[in-house]
Amino acid sequence: MSPRSSSAAVAPITTAQFLKAWKPGPLIPRGDARDGGLTFVIAVLCFFACLAALGAVASDRAARGWTAQLQDSATVLVRPKDGESADAAAARAAETLAGVRGVSEARALEKDKAQALLEPWLGKEALADDLPMPRLVALELDPDHPPGAAELRQALKAGDVDASVDDHSLWIGDIVRAGVWARAAALGVFVLTALAAAAVIAFAARAVLASRLQIVEVLHLSGARDGYIAGLVARRFAAMAFAAGLGGAALAAALGAGLRVLGGGQGLTPVLPVAWIDLAALAPCPLLAAGVAALAARGAAMRLLREMG
Amino acid sequence: MSRKPRYSPQASDADAARADPEPVLRFAGVGLRYGRGEEVLEDVSFALEAGSFYFLTGPSGAGKSSLLKLIYRAERPSQGLISLFGQDLSALPRRQLPLLRRRIGVVFQDFRLLDHLSAFDNAALPLRLAGRKPKAWKNDVAEMLAWVGLGAKLHAMPQTLSGGEKQRLAIARAVMGQPDILLADEPTGNVDHEMAARILRLFVELNRQGTTVLIASHDLDLVARSGMPELRLEQGRLVSPEAGA
Repeated sequence: MSPRSSSAAVAPITTAQFLKAWKPGPLIPRGDARDGGLTFVIAVLCFFACLAALGAVASDRAARGWTAQLQDSATVLVRPKDGESADAAAARAAETLAGVRGVSEARALEKDKAQALLEPWLGKEALADDLPMPRLVALELDPDHPPGAAELRQALKAGDVDASVDDHSLWIGDIVRAGVWARAAALGVFVLTALAAAAVIAFAARAVLASRLQIVEVLHLSGARDGYIAGLVARRFAAMAFAAGLGGAALAAALGAGLRVLGGGQGLTPVLPVAWIDLAALAPCPLLAAGVAALAARGAAMRLLREMG
Repeated sequence: MSRKPRYSPQASDADAARADPEPVLRFAGVGLRYGRGEEVLEDVSFALEAGSFYFLTGPSGAGKSSLLKLIYRAERPSQGLISLFGQDLSALPRRQLPLLRRRIGVVFQDFRLLDHLSAFDNAALPLRLAGRKPKAWKNDVAEMLAWVGLGAKLHAMPQTLSGGEKQRLAIARAVMGQPDILLADEPTGNVDHEMAARILRLFVELNRQGTTVLIASHDLDLVARSGMPELRLEQGRLVSPEAGA
């Protein structure tokens, strides 16, 4: 029998036994019928916040991956000189570029490969045999020390090769911008969700205090400070939010794991690849939820206590 | 130490201020009205010395409970000055109220026990709020509850207690923190004569240890038996003991 339980049907216990088993009761009652609904709402908000966090991490990885792929390669468009065949010009360009530091491989693409690249844009019929076909040299670059476009251009000029270098910087810029926007959007959703949770908790904290004014009054008259009472309320809601955060994070982790399993190494989709390590980003969610709840509940309680005068 | 209240119904604020330099409690021309209603208290002036023991008597509606509320600052006077432990209660900043209230023990007429806490936790409330370690007071609380006849009900929840038991628990809570001043509003209203005498002995013992005691009661027999002086209120005004006798 708990020392705090009702006296009804209590087996007699000695004072010594009581004192040994005694633990301080909660000065603000632990919970009521509204707590279940509130916990559910906070859990759902935590779930969405976790999805936003997962989205931010995955979109960051996707952007980094694409950027790395583009940074590791470059394309050179070769224009033959008078009296020089296209194949010979391409071969000479490849040979010139292979000697540049940071170029792992320089490979002249055959005519049919260049045609294959153009076919989706021009159609098969338009690719007549006598159509002057630009020749391309594909470069694979050292990912740690890739040469810049200017360096490649300088090497081509030195080798007397008329060519244009595309180091994919235009695409990389777009991808980096898209990655930044994706992360910002995910962060925005995360912050909005946290604010929504804070607002719900602040409202609930006021409701809890308002429904227990008599307890608050007794605590006040017995010498409790506003900060102490607000702290009791904050701890109560922090504990609730921690449990809700745990539930929301677990659900989001299960969903993330599902995406990973269904999609293999690329996650469900290459656009948003989820890795196992990403699930670790959800670990702080319960603590964050508890922190947000504590701050919101404390602030709301302090305001209400001041209003009470 | 004089047991006679320095009673001066006609005293001005200035007269009251010139009284004993350090009374524990001083009312000077105090009035109280709730909202725009009639005055519940009117021009009340008196001073209590440290270690004194008074009954506050008067018929129902005379303003006894309202006067006590002013002392623990549950209400503010509509006029006049109240000084407690040398501090002007009206000017006391809100952040300093908790420390002041820890020096006051209050037995409320309606008990105001916390229904979600056991009798033991209710009695221990002032000690917990004062931040004292349970190890230092656990036995004291159990002894106090035993003294007021609740030794077998340490774990009992207030809603399972009788009216008299609740009253004794409220008294135990009020005195646990060894307050400098004890205010009790009809503390023997729900107990039999034997328990009333026992509670009175507890108050007297506290008073001997230096606690100033002010008990609001309409039990004139108890007041007479105690031999303690009284402040008598009638229709919100303090009248002389002779006039109220």
